[in-house]
Amino acid sequence: MAGLGAAAPRNRLATAGARATTRAMLRDQPRGDVIRNTAFAGLLLLAILIALAGLMALLIQAFAKGSSALSLDLFTNPPSTAFPEKAGFRTAILGSLELIAGVILFVIPVGIGAALYLEEYADKTRWWNRLIEVNIQNLAAVPSIIYGILGLAFLVRGPFDLGFILAAGSLTLALLVLPMVIIAAREAIRAVPDSIRQGSLALGATKWQTIRRQVLPASVPGIATGVILAVSRALGETAPLLLVGATVFVTFDPTPFSPDGYSAMPVQIFNYAVRPQEEFQALAAAGIIVMLAVLLAMNSFAIWLRNRYEQRW
Amino acid sequence: MATERDRAQSGRATREAAASRAAIAVRPEEFHSGSGKREKVFEMKGVRVDYSGVAAVKDISMDIHRNDVTALIGPSGCGKSTLLRCLNRMNDLIPAAEVHGQLLYHGEDLYGPDVDPVQARKLIGMVFQKPNPFPKSIFDNVAFGPRILGRKADLDATVEEALRSAALWEEVKDRLEDNAFGLSGGQQQRLCIARCIAVQPDTILMDEPCSALDPISTGKIEDLMIELKEQFSIVIVTHNMQQAARVSDRTAFLMVELDADEQSRWGRLVEYDETEKIFTNPSDRRTEDYVSGKVG
Repeated sequence: MAGLGAAAPRNRLATAGARATTRAMLRDQPRGDVIRNTAFAGLLLLAILIALAGLMALLIQAFAKGSSALSLDLFTNPPSTAFPEKAGFRTAILGSLELIAGVILFVIPVGIGAALYLEEYADKTRWWNRLIEVNIQNLAAVPSIIYGILGLAFLVRGPFDLGFILAAGSLTLALLVLPMVIIAAREAIRAVPDSIRQGSLALGATKWQTIRRQVLPASVPGIATGVILAVSRALGETAPLLLVGATVFVTFDPTPFSPDGYSAMPVQIFNYAVRPQEEFQALAAAGIIVMLAVLLAMNSFAIWLRNRYEQRW
Repeated sequence: MATERDRAQSGRATREAAASRAAIAVRPEEFHSGSGKREKVFEMKGVRVDYSGVAAVKDISMDIHRNDVTALIGPSGCGKSTLLRCLNRMNDLIPAAEVHGQLLYHGEDLYGPDVDPVQARKLIGMVFQKPNPFPKSIFDNVAFGPRILGRKADLDATVEEALRSAALWEEVKDRLEDNAFGLSGGQQQRLCIARCIAVQPDTILMDEPCSALDPISTGKIEDLMIELKEQFSIVIVTHNMQQAARVSDRTAFLMVELDADEQSRWGRLVEYDETEKIFTNPSDRRTEDYVSGKVG
């Protein structure tokens, strides 16, 4: 007991010393670390600022110029070259809507079908299936103007000889975004675990029943996300449309198979933007705002859909 | 007395260790001495399975009896699961797999030219290692089988009966429309068993059905197997020797065999007998070493 009492002050001293050392260690961060950390974080911030700067510049300019022209007339009035105060986007908006409706009608069955074939049926050890895969990846990176030329040569003229009609434009855009849809659908289908397929087959389901009732329903959210993103890309495309007959000035409501011509939002914006008058510039800017709002809404919906229905296996 | 002498000869200590490790419940009333006369569900003669031309299991000859729980045990890679998947033609899904030899199901060649594997799987159900409920409601999971078979009359009754048979009804009856993913692992596995029962198969194959479950859930599924064998024949692959000892009537022990230059390996049936015998008095030294925990 006495021995313990004598040792107590020394123990206390030792504890105090150890504590001081710990405290010093915890606070003694090397100077270089602080600088390097800050510099690296700064570089990353700069990268994101550069990425945002372009978008911000476009948005600010569009809003500064176009906000005065924003009104409901924009949606209801057809374009006019003589009276900018009365000119709108009515025919272009209708043209765009009909174009993307056609795109959706085409890419959903064809895109899902191609993705199902590649994921569920194709024997990946065969060279032709691998060739198809590589080509689809490649097609997604082909410039859109090439698709315009394809549409002109094969759909408008050439073997199909459809003429300069809206449906031909729609098909051209559909071909353009088809690889995107196929790739997205394949990923969604691949994300369905094999245990689901095996579970279904083990119950005596056929391959088609398994695909139809298990694989497809489970991959619908992923496929829908891909389709929406593809459609918003199609909505913004201009170059291929100019080649397959989208005219810059249409004053009547377009119909899919009429040879009288059609327009689309980006084409109409381009038409207004190249005019010298200040009023048309404002109109183009307002059109840009409308386009951006629609694209933002579609992309947000795609993200929401993905998060909402994402299946965690 | 003969048994006593045998035991003394081949090492009593080992045997006792094996018996206690395997925790055998002796059920004399279920001891089928004359099982050779009983109805056979599967008859295998010289079955060999190749993957890309390389044998995974060889020379499997065994009969599986009706209303038995038959356990396949053995170390990893001995081909237990491969063999199990032959029995309902799940190996057909692997393009590189080929099944040779004779495999009769109720006397019919299961691999005969006019046999449709889809039809075979309706009669021979399967429960997998990891519970694999469909991303649907509990009800739709169980109703999936009857629906694809076109048995849509009295679907509610079919689903209830299957869930009752799988000892899950009381736990889920108030939430049949909830997603099956909300169930616990053990419940999910019983749901998979219910899903299988709803198709009204004749045989249920279980591929390590408890390996992903905790001991309590495992106990429930083991009890279930003993109940279900009244209606179905069950073949179970398990890594857990105690489980084989607890639930099965007959046990097959498979082992990995190497060829002379150790270049290729395949699974082979070492011993197949009544479970009591395999765990207390096996005829083969290798079985004894395995069940007593000396190897594997």
